Amino acid sequence: MAFKSSGINPKKFHRSQIKFYLFLIPFSVFMALPIVFIFNHAFKPLDELYAFPPRFFVQNPTLENFENLFQLAEASGIPMSRYLFNSIFVTIVVVFLSILLSTMAGYALSKKQFKAKRVLLEINNVALMFVPIAVMIPRFLTVSAIGIEDTFFAHILPLVAMPVGLFLVKQFMDQIPDSLIEAAVIDGANDLKIYWTIILPLIKPAIATAAILAFQLVWNDLETSTLYTTSENMRTLAFFMNTLAAQTNVVVGQGMAAVASLIMFVPNLILFIILQSKVMNTMAHSGLK
Amino acid sequence: MNSDKKNPYLFLLPYILLFTLFIIVPVLMAISLSFTNFNTIESPDFVGFLNYINLLTQDEIFMQYVLPNTILFAVIVGPGGYILAFLLAWTLAQLTRGPRTIFALIFYSPSMTAGIAMAVVWRVMFSGNQAGYVNSIFMQLGFISEPVVWLQDTRFILLIMIIVALWSSMGVGFLAMMSGVLNVDETLYEAGAIDGIKNRFQELIYITIPSMKPQMLFGAVMSIVSTFAAGAIGVQLTGANPTPSYAGQLMVNHVEDYGFIRFEMGYAAALSVVLLLIIYLFSYISKKLFSET
Repeated sequence: MAFKSSGINPKKFHRSQIKFYLFLIPFSVFMALPIVFIFNHAFKPLDELYAFPPRFFVQNPTLENFENLFQLAEASGIPMSRYLFNSIFVTIVVVFLSILLSTMAGYALSKKQFKAKRVLLEINNVALMFVPIAVMIPRFLTVSAIGIEDTFFAHILPLVAMPVGLFLVKQFMDQIPDSLIEAAVIDGANDLKIYWTIILPLIKPAIATAAILAFQLVWNDLETSTLYTTSENMRTLAFFMNTLAAQTNVVVGQGMAAVASLIMFVPNLILFIILQSKVMNTMAHSGLK
Repeated sequence: MNSDKKNPYLFLLPYILLFTLFIIVPVLMAISLSFTNFNTIESPDFVGFLNYINLLTQDEIFMQYVLPNTILFAVIVGPGGYILAFLLAWTLAQLTRGPRTIFALIFYSPSMTAGIAMAVVWRVMFSGNQAGYVNSIFMQLGFISEPVVWLQDTRFILLIMIIVALWSSMGVGFLAMMSGVLNVDETLYEAGAIDGIKNRFQELIYITIPSMKPQMLFGAVMSIVSTFAAGAIGVQLTGANPTPSYAGQLMVNHVEDYGFIRFEMGYAAALSVVLLLIIYLFSYISKKLFSET
């Protein structure tokens, strides 16, 4: 008898899926534990933070730690809103530019024929392995040589070209049949129109994934604030949270550090929840019949 | 027709410009600085291969701690995290959409917490006194009789780093592989069943993996890069560079140590180049494994 195949992406629950749940549930508990911990720790009052024996879950939730954190920011002279503004502004610009540049370059590399194509693809594939931390010194020298130190450009420009984003977008574009584009060319569409009306709507999952990647990179980035800016009011939330985290051996610090982790983490989580459902939706419609 | 020839380059231009400026140029600079002696104040002196010779013959810390630590860390977290990510991605694809989304969210979340803020939480959990969470739980269970100073104990630092890195390794490679499994053409499975595929394992080996090689390779490269970039966690966890007795010292920390603490930029650049070469070697191997031709 032939094997009754494909449990992939089933529509309904079936008994045969129980074994997968038995594997996944304990594992997900381990994975979720530290995250649940931050959520609990951030809301603990002082006596619970130092309770002995330590308790994992919060008993009397309080906003004390949040208040302490905001007061600390006030006391340092730069209001938290300034760091927040810098972070949000830089993040939005980088995510937008990075998607625009990756999809444009991806279109050329995936759907156009030209001489340097193979070489450029190869270079970008090698650059996937690029670890910024390994060359931070020369990157710093470059930033100061162009004279964009201590401006928003120093936060934005170094992060926009993301080899990973381009690679991902290009991989997805390769799956779009060339016949669609040929048909559009016969109808008289130019490259810009094809890019805008055919390619972009079809690669939404890749765009969503590239956006998540770019967001995480920028939102959590410390490099640009630490190395490329000198004035305190040009720095980002990630940098402020980092300085805070560095001084957490003091007693109240623990609670504030947990709040800081929470503030850095929650936007990532929300964005991912929004885009994740979009990625899943688009995939469900993309032909698993 | 003429504009048709120029168009690809116009589409590529903005990307190439920034790519060259912030990726190509810094790498080339690192390579050229690695042949010099540079203390950031005086201009660099050309010293030939001296930095590389010193690395191989003089740097005992590198040979004794940094290199073995890096290899152990990379071999466990790299392929280990990768196999785990693939298994989870494949398992999740066997579930219905609702639960799959929730599990994927849980597994992916840790990779979003990357950064120093999370290190603080680990420091609290692994805190060295008896009020530390891990100590408290292990003492109640009777595994240990007195508190262990986890993050300063040379026996445990690397192990904890590996656990933390594995915990946060279900990143974008994991997501790509999950979408890869979900996008495998279903008719292939039907054809496979007719050709005598007997169980899910055979299906996995003969159909799923071969049909999603691009995602497999992407996942592999991502896990290599994140493994080497995660090297900083040792310093974040212990709060010191160098880490206690170099027990958690990885290549990235060694680069920082020489670059920003000792200001021996030439030597730091040579270390960076070696690091980039190691990453390239690993990626080259994965490419051989998963390339389509």
